[in-house]
Amino acid sequence: MSAISTPVRRPRRPRREESGSPLLLGHGRLPRVLAGTALSVLAVAWLLPFLWAVATSLQSEQDVMKSGLSPFKGAFTLSAYRQILDRGNVPTWAFNSVLIAVLVTVLTTAVSTLAAYGFSRGTFRGRRALLAVTVAAIMVPPQLLIVPLFEQMTMFHLVDTYAAVILPQVVAPMMVFILKRFFDGIPRELEDAARIDGASELRVFRSIVLPLSRPIVAAVAIFVFIGAWNNFMWPFVVTNDPDLMTLPVGLATVKDAYGIQYAQSMASALLAALPLIVMFLLFQRRIVNSVATTGLGGG
Amino acid sequence: MSTTAPAGTAAPPQQPPSTTPAAPRRRRSLTRGGGLFVLPFLVLFALFLVWPVVQGLWMSLTDASLSLRDTEFVGFANYTEAFGDPDVWSSLGNTVFFTVISCVPLVLVALAMALLVHSGLAGQWVWRLAYFAPYLLPVTVVTLIWTWLYQPDIGLGNQLLTSLGMEPVGWLSDESVAMWSVAALTVWWTVGFNFLLYLAALQSLPVTYDEAAALDGAGAWRRLWSVTLPQLRHTTVLVAMLQVLASLKVFDQIYILTKGGPNGSTRPILEYVYDVGFTGYRLGYASAVSYIFFAIVIVVSVMQLRLFRQEG
Repeated sequence: MSAISTPVRRPRRPRREESGSPLLLGHGRLPRVLAGTALSVLAVAWLLPFLWAVATSLQSEQDVMKSGLSPFKGAFTLSAYRQILDRGNVPTWAFNSVLIAVLVTVLTTAVSTLAAYGFSRGTFRGRRALLAVTVAAIMVPPQLLIVPLFEQMTMFHLVDTYAAVILPQVVAPMMVFILKRFFDGIPRELEDAARIDGASELRVFRSIVLPLSRPIVAAVAIFVFIGAWNNFMWPFVVTNDPDLMTLPVGLATVKDAYGIQYAQSMASALLAALPLIVMFLLFQRRIVNSVATTGLGGG
Repeated sequence: MSTTAPAGTAAPPQQPPSTTPAAPRRRRSLTRGGGLFVLPFLVLFALFLVWPVVQGLWMSLTDASLSLRDTEFVGFANYTEAFGDPDVWSSLGNTVFFTVISCVPLVLVALAMALLVHSGLAGQWVWRLAYFAPYLLPVTVVTLIWTWLYQPDIGLGNQLLTSLGMEPVGWLSDESVAMWSVAALTVWWTVGFNFLLYLAALQSLPVTYDEAAALDGAGAWRRLWSVTLPQLRHTTVLVAMLQVLASLKVFDQIYILTKGGPNGSTRPILEYVYDVGFTGYRLGYASAVSYIFFAIVIVVSVMQLRLFRQEG
């Protein structure tokens, strides 16, 4: 385990976060042992599916089919990974996933940040009504939109395009709301000085508000990225062309085709999981903090 | 526009009302610029959210279908049909059942994990990684892994059971077990998010109460029950509310894992909408069913808000 910890940059780690509350357990020995046992049992239970999948992916299909509790039933081999990469689809899907997730993240973050600033500082007519509608839209289950959105995309002839996958995802009322609340908390006095000096609103936004909001913008971006990377239903509905599919969609479509080949299934699953696991290891503190600051984020 | 007000009240709980009507009105600098800032969002919002919502509502009053182009207005026929449709009721029942059996562990296990990690034992980041990592996985990956664990002959689940001398279980093939299997997968996959919410709440609690209670001689259990847990009340309300709404919307993992089977025993309402709309080509009817579901979601959120507001 400790080998994995090296990529986490040490110097920037704060003390507070790692400390916890020793008081919770008191000074007795027994509670510590019990808590430690419970933590370990849960951790093993939560890691076991991963480890089992890793072990499965490193064997040949024949060995996987042998019965027995040992996770490793045969010789170590990378053949499952090689077969997947040879088939050609997985790299394409991985590329699509990266491209789409990055574009969704950049667009959503930009559009939402601007809108949140406008809602926070603007004085244009109808601001309150528009904000109320935006907040109300948080309630709408995305699944409700699938059928009419698909109709709309058919009408615009956008089915099976990147635009169709990306554009609807850019609308994120929850993110606008989270950002707006943060901007509301920034004292206006800071900006007024710049305004008196004649700075344009865009300038004020870019050089004063945005730098102060870096943590929350990063938090929003991270959650948008996770959401976009993992989004299944919309890309699934709107893409039929295998060359346009994202990893989650592509894997679901081939699951039935070679679902019996468990070594390959597990290998492809782990390949699709890898980028986010790496991201979590790199940004662990930020992700934990962003859940704390936004309180939400799954949206 | 303001007719959506009741839904607006159900937006994120826990926020104090942010209206400050008495604020001085001296900043004029952004009179029209503000509109431009909001414009890109509003255009996309109108196109890809408001429009589909309105269009879906309209479609639910027609016999729109994927196959034929000209559609007819049929009034509330779709809705009356839906109320008499046994598949609507059974899939709603499945959804409610799933919500009940997934939400309880998703709240309690998350709380237990957060309390344990917060208790100050070494290796915090390892625990955090172990508990939160599954939340980062795409749904397909999660279902691929669990399909393998649930594999009837050589899957880990049955291997464990048989090695303990027990009968193998039809994890995904037994009608009475399948939904529990889906719930187990869901708890494994998503508990990490609730865990982080709890952990963040715990880390922001003032230690003074805990210290005071300790000085007064309160033991660990006593402090947990009388000091820590009451302070987490707010977070529990938030987690429970978000979780109920999330569980009601279950679709992805079930669709990939079981396609609603065996025999419709795991089919949630949203999968029925999908089946009717995209496999059965009845978009109008699918819209009607999804609007009925939307109404239920709103009722549930309003009820939850009421309930928790009274208690708090």
